[in-house]
Amino acid sequence: MAMLEALTPSKAPARWQDFLQLLKPRVMSLVVFTALTGLVCAPTPIHPVLGAVAVLCIAVGAGASGALNMWWDADIDAKMRRTRGRPVPAGKIQPSDAAALGVVLSMFSVMLMGMALNWLAAGLLAFTIIFYAVIYTMWLKRWTAQNIVIGGLAGALPPVIGWAAADGAAPLNAWLLCLIIFMWTPPHFWALSLYTSEDYAKAGVPMMPVVRGPATTRRQIWIYSLLLVPICVAPAFTGLGGLAYLAVSFLGGLVFLLLAWRLYRSKAGEAADPRNDDGLYDVRAGALDARNLFAFSILYLALLFATLLGEHLAGLKPLELL
Amino acid sequence: MSDPSRESEVEAKARRGRNIALALGLILFVILVFVVTIVRLGGNVLERPF
Repeated sequence: MAMLEALTPSKAPARWQDFLQLLKPRVMSLVVFTALTGLVCAPTPIHPVLGAVAVLCIAVGAGASGALNMWWDADIDAKMRRTRGRPVPAGKIQPSDAAALGVVLSMFSVMLMGMALNWLAAGLLAFTIIFYAVIYTMWLKRWTAQNIVIGGLAGALPPVIGWAAADGAAPLNAWLLCLIIFMWTPPHFWALSLYTSEDYAKAGVPMMPVVRGPATTRRQIWIYSLLLVPICVAPAFTGLGGLAYLAVSFLGGLVFLLLAWRLYRSKAGEAADPRNDDGLYDVRAGALDARNLFAFSILYLALLFATLLGEHLAGLKPLELL
Repeated sequence: MSDPSRESEVEAKARRGRNIALALGLILFVILVFVVTIVRLGGNVLERPF
């Protein structure tokens, strides 16, 4: 926040597309996907219009927290190559406008969710927005190397909100979907930060490779991966996933573990190759393993949720293995 | 000499775009609340005592 006052408005006036960019549309699409899976997996059928409204509320709520994040983190964003083009650090949108948009959309999404669906889903949505904007953005991100571990809860909650919107309850299976994303977040982000850690160091964000070093980061990625894979397979044993899910989660989990092991044994994140300083995502020698795990982690999570979604939409029966 | 307080053509175009986007957002919100109300009430609307 310290340098927000120093941000000078650019010559270009704000367009509506700049405000849309504040909502982080790409993150929003992931949130929509996982929330929809929670909604469809819930045993209670929901009217399609109300289902669409629930997903819209979750998407707008996620967008609102993105806008609040961009308002608060404009000083950090201005220092990192990946984020310096965002509307607030680029001077296209005033910080106060970004904050106002975030607050207004938060209120709209939570109130509409409460009135159209139920107040459990609305309460969970409000908690998620506050957790991301206040607990993660304002507190954890600049304070601890565990920032993305704890903050990952905000990204993990959408399937529970979706489930609660349809069912009016949040049973253990809904929280299992949340746990999958929660445990997936650290290996996913730390793999990325192994080859973008210089940017985080420059911005003063205590990401794991910056604070504890690449070797510790690689070991933590390996430990989280070992815990993640059994959790990803678990829905096949709790009456949530079917045979296809069992196959995808198990085989994908093996690949995930293989890539995490290779990363653990690699030198990823060690001394930078100065020849690669120009490109943000240029891969340093030895960091190919980090990029492989990062890329596969996205595919794995997408496959897990797509399979669950497909099975439930097709009416396939879940396995009854326990 | 041009008046510096007057907005340029680019600024006017950007403002018009923002206004149209806001108007569309509000109209969509009104339609959404109306549709949700109809869906939530369903057939119960016709069952009230007159």
